[in-house]
Amino acid sequence: MAAKTIAGRTVDVDSEGFMTDPSQWTREIAQAIANEEGITLTEKHWSVITYMQAEAKKNGEPPTIRAMNKSGVVTTKELYEIFPGGPAKKAAKIAGLKKPAGCV
Amino acid sequence: MKQLVILGAGTGGTIMSNLLAQHLPMSTWSITVIDGEKDHYYQPGFLFVPFGMYAKERVRRPKSKYIPRAAVFINEHAAHIDPKGQEITLASGKKIRYDVLVIASGCTIAPEETPGMSEGFGKNVFDFYTYAGTSALADALPSFKSGNIVMHVNEIPIKCPIAPLEFIFLADWYFTKKRIRNDVRITFVTPLSGAFTKPIAAQALGSLIEKKSIAIIPDFGTERIDSDAKRIIGYDGREVPYDMLVTVPTNKGSEVIARSNMGDDLNFVKTDNHTLVSKDHPNIFVIGDATNVPASKAGSVVHFEAETVLENVLNFIGERPLEPSFDGHANCFIETGYGKGILIDFNYVQEPVPGLFPLPFGPLTLLSEGVLNHWGKLGFEWIYWNMLLKGIPIPFIPRQMSRAGKRFPKADK
Repeated sequence: MAAKTIAGRTVDVDSEGFMTDPSQWTREIAQAIANEEGITLTEKHWSVITYMQAEAKKNGEPPTIRAMNKSGVVTTKELYEIFPGGPAKKAAKIAGLKKPAGCV
Repeated sequence: MKQLVILGAGTGGTIMSNLLAQHLPMSTWSITVIDGEKDHYYQPGFLFVPFGMYAKERVRRPKSKYIPRAAVFINEHAAHIDPKGQEITLASGKKIRYDVLVIASGCTIAPEETPGMSEGFGKNVFDFYTYAGTSALADALPSFKSGNIVMHVNEIPIKCPIAPLEFIFLADWYFTKKRIRNDVRITFVTPLSGAFTKPIAAQALGSLIEKKSIAIIPDFGTERIDSDAKRIIGYDGREVPYDMLVTVPTNKGSEVIARSNMGDDLNFVKTDNHTLVSKDHPNIFVIGDATNVPASKAGSVVHFEAETVLENVLNFIGERPLEPSFDGHANCFIETGYGKGILIDFNYVQEPVPGLFPLPFGPLTLLSEGVLNHWGKLGFEWIYWNMLLKGIPIPFIPRQMSRAGKRFPKADK
């Protein structure tokens, strides 16, 4: 585990930059990670982030793309549009959640 | 008599029937195995059929032959599980009561999850995850003389995540032997960011793919297949043209799990990672592809899980605490063509690394190509039918991953 300074705060991250303690997350941190990924956060992004955080709290795992598509919050197509290039990973990273379980 | 029911007679269900017949007190317990299919397939052989390395008949044997006489085999599909009432309803309506249930209902391909995919089957879309699929591909591959062959993974998790890599390695060898490799382009399209989920193996396998002049298109989320235009269309607008598409469709757990409302989005049963008990029902254990545990869906994993399921079924019956003894161990031979193979050995926490196996001096090599690994893969067929299914321990391959012989990166020591 490593520490990283994001938006002026020191947070714990794994080797790929995913936060390991959701309680350290703030909206400013989300903005900063999104900037690093070249994403400008809109209302739609925030609704996805809020939904993912609620699901992760409930299930201990970030939701899958399939589950998000079913939720009515965002379609898979929209996810790919607003988090281009690997939406499940990028959205989880910005939401301060662990990397979605890459099934081996 | 108390009833132990095993739902599914694939690799996991068959192993469990044999192990339980040896270890359950049969004076007070009876074992019933339910499966609607007649044939047991040696699924690792599905990879070899398209290339003519195995005749298709070689991978198929009657299920009943491998289920012990001490168990009752009901060759009928299950329609519904009622975990509260502790009974299974068969397709005929007949009800089977259980005291302990072992779910071994596996997973299967679901091409209907991807628009356009099913329409392409029998035309220019193929799979090798079913007997029918690999047989059709074996018929079509010899007449493929030039163009773009695309190996496509639709969505993870899939059964045997290394099989698509083996397919492209064997395709490279197959077309080279036919002296038409220069006329055939091989492309690998995956939703993952690289050749494998774990970084060290992804790098090693990625360089092998590059060395074999195979193109890789990562991070590809497939929206639909257009088999008339011969294109895979991604959610992000990318399109991959193909002449022959070999796909691994979305894999889903059994429909009976969905009908019984016992699974996740993909019908996989919520299972404790280490004890393999169902998260919802203390008298239900789950093994193999049917679980949602974050381990590979592979025969070796089922084999290692079987020891934990046996141990914990006996613990449950004896009213003892369950042992969290499954560590996610997987052990997979990867065929790389030219009579060589790579072996990987890993678990939930330890990713595949280079080294020697199973002993500190080998003789098999981890994460690097070797001739012995290829012979290991071929020899596994005999072990599967004669030892693994019968629950006979395989020498030197313990249930939990061993660190002996492995070379760990410095920070990991």
